[in-house]
Amino acid sequence: MTALVEVDDLAKTFDVSAPWLNRVIERQPRRFVHAVDGVSFAIARGTTLALVGESGCGKSTVARLLVGLYGPTRGKVRFDGSDTSATLAGPGARALRKRMQMIFQDPYASLNPRWTVRDIVGEPLREHGLAMTEAELAAKVAALLAQVGMAAADGAKFPHQFSGGQRQRISIARALATEPEFLVCDEPTSALDVSVQAQVLNIMKDLQRQRGLTYLFISHNLAVVRHVADSVGVMYLGRLVELAPKRTLFSTPRHPYTRMLLDAIPDIAMTGRQRTPVQGEVPNPLNPPTGCAFHPRCPHANARCSSERPELVDFQGIRIACHAVTEGRI
Amino acid sequence: MTTPLLEVRHLRVEFPTRRGTLRALDDVSFSIAPGEILGVVGESGAGKSLTGAAIIGLLEPPGRVAAGRIVFAGQRIDDLPPEAMRQIRGKRIGAIFQDPLTSLNPLYTVGRQLIETIQVHLGLDGAAARERAIDLLRSTGIPAAEQRIDQFPHQFSGGMRQRVVIALALAAQPELIVADEPTTALDVSIQAQIISLLKNLARERGTAVMLVTHDMGVIAETCDRVAVMYAGRVVEIGPVAEVIHRPAHPYTAGLMGSIPAMDSEHERLLQIDGAMPRLNAIPAGCAFNPRCPRAADRCRSERPELLRAGATQAACWLHDAKVAA
Repeated sequence: MTALVEVDDLAKTFDVSAPWLNRVIERQPRRFVHAVDGVSFAIARGTTLALVGESGCGKSTVARLLVGLYGPTRGKVRFDGSDTSATLAGPGARALRKRMQMIFQDPYASLNPRWTVRDIVGEPLREHGLAMTEAELAAKVAALLAQVGMAAADGAKFPHQFSGGQRQRISIARALATEPEFLVCDEPTSALDVSVQAQVLNIMKDLQRQRGLTYLFISHNLAVVRHVADSVGVMYLGRLVELAPKRTLFSTPRHPYTRMLLDAIPDIAMTGRQRTPVQGEVPNPLNPPTGCAFHPRCPHANARCSSERPELVDFQGIRIACHAVTEGRI
Repeated sequence: MTTPLLEVRHLRVEFPTRRGTLRALDDVSFSIAPGEILGVVGESGAGKSLTGAAIIGLLEPPGRVAAGRIVFAGQRIDDLPPEAMRQIRGKRIGAIFQDPLTSLNPLYTVGRQLIETIQVHLGLDGAAARERAIDLLRSTGIPAAEQRIDQFPHQFSGGMRQRVVIALALAAQPELIVADEPTTALDVSIQAQIISLLKNLARERGTAVMLVTHDMGVIAETCDRVAVMYAGRVVEIGPVAEVIHRPAHPYTAGLMGSIPAMDSEHERLLQIDGAMPRLNAIPAGCAFNPRCPRAADRCRSERPELLRAGATQAACWLHDAKVAA
C-alpha cells in the first residue's frame, strides 16, 4: 500500500511574546510555544489514522498544518508524493485544495448562518467550476445531501433549522463536494450527542468504503477512535509518543502515557475495574519539562528520562518514544 | 430503604412564550437517599440541567414550576420565597456547574470566594474560615493549598478550577450536591480524579449527589441509580447495573447501543434515527414513538406512565403487565 499522506518532522512554533515595548521595558525575552514539535507519520490510501491526546497536545494544529491552514515552521507534508506547502504556493494550489478537505469540530460555527444549505454545499462546486449551470448545481447538491442521508428539499433551509447532527452532515456533504481523496476531521463528533454521533460515524465509515477515502481523524475520545481508526498516534505536548496499528495499541499499549489514557476511560461495562486516577496534569507548553515531556507524571521515569528526550523509534512493530520501553524496563 | 433526602414528585416546568406555553419538564418524579448518587442522563435538551436548576431554585425566568413539588429533608422547597431559598442553597444544597471558569469570579482570589462562603454560611471568623478554606482545598486534592489559596482563578488549570468549584460547593457541608456535567469540560485523565472525589464524598460524608451528565461511562462508574430522560420526561429509572445491562426502554437500549464500546468491535454502531423533538412539537402519546423501532398504535395515542420492568421502571407500553398477562 502506498502512502497518500506523508508527514516528515513537522513542526509549528507560535510566537507568544509580549509586545515589543513591554519586552524592552520589562526585559522579557521572546517566548515561543512549540505546538507541534517534530511529528512524522504516513497514512496509507483508503485508511484512517487517528490522533489522540489531551487538550493542548497539538493534535488540531497538526490537522491545520496538513490542509495548509497553517504553514509549517519546519518539516514537510507530502501529499501523493509532492510537497504541499510548495504546491499551495504555486499554480497547482487549486487542484490540490480540491483533493483534500476538512471537517471542523463545531457545526454551529463552521456553517454560514446567512446562507442556505444549497449555497453552503454548492460553494465548493461553484468555486472549483464543477457545476456549469444552476440546474446542474442543484442536482449535484441534492445528490450530495442524499449521500449523507438528507433530503434534497433541505437545501432551501438555513443552518439554524437543523440539529447539531444534521449540521455536521451538511459539513460532510460540503467537504465531499469536490470529491476529495483525503479528509481531515478535527473532532467531528465531539459536539454531538451519542445517538447522533453514531449516525455521523456510520456515515463516515460508509463513505470511506464506497469512495476509498483517506481520513486523518482527530479525537480525544478513545472509544470513538477504536471504532473508526486503522492506526492510532498518541500525542503528548506536541510530539508523537506512540504510533501503532489500532489492535496492537488497544491490546498492548506500550507507552506509559497511552496506558494511562486507556486506564482513565470510564468503564461502561461495569466489570468492576478500578480506574486509576492519573496524577498531575499536562504541563504548561510554554515551559515544557526537560527530557521526556511526560516524565513528571510517569511512574517509570528515571534520571535518563528527565535529561534526555526520547526519539520516536521503531520497536517491535510499532513506533514509540520512551526510554523505559526501549531499554526493556517495562 | 431509608427516608429520601430529596423527593421530586410530578414536577412540571413551563416556559410561557408568545407562541404558547412550552412544557420543558413534565411529570418528573424521583428521590435521592442520603449518601446515594443518582445519575441523570439524556441527550441535549432532554431537561436534565433544568431538573437540577429547579431543585436549587435557579430556574431562569420566565421558566416556572407549574405543577408538582420538590421536598428536601421533609420541607417543601419549590414554593419558598427567594430569600428563604437562598438560605438553603449553598448551605444545605450545593451546586457544581459545567464550566468552572464561569462559576468563579475572576476578580477575586480563590481564597476570598471560599472564605466569604464559609463566613456567610457557617459564621466563622476570618482566621478560622481561612483555615477551613485551606482544608477544603486540600481535601479536593489541590497541592500546596496554603499558597494556591491566594491565587486567582486564571492561575488554575481546568481540572484544578473544577476542584475549587467543588470545594466551594462543599464549603458549608451540604447534605445534597447537584452536579451539572461536572466533568464534561475536562480531559479523561482529570475526569477520573474528579469522579473519585465525588464518590468519596458520598461514601465518607453521606452526601447525596445528583449527577447530571450525558456520559454513560461516568454514570456507570459513579452512580447507584440512574434516571434516563427524554424530551422532558423520565423514561427509565433504576439501579445503574440493571439500566446499563438490561435496558427496559427502547430509548435506553438505543442510547447504550450507540456508544462505541471499548470491548467490542462492531463494524457499525446501532443508531437511533432522527433527533429529539423540539419542545413545541412533542408527539402525542409516547414522545419517543417516531424514533422507536417497536412503536405500536397505542404508543402514538396514549402516553405511558412509569411501569415496573424487572428491577427498573420504564415509561413504555412494552411493560404493561395488563396487556402481557
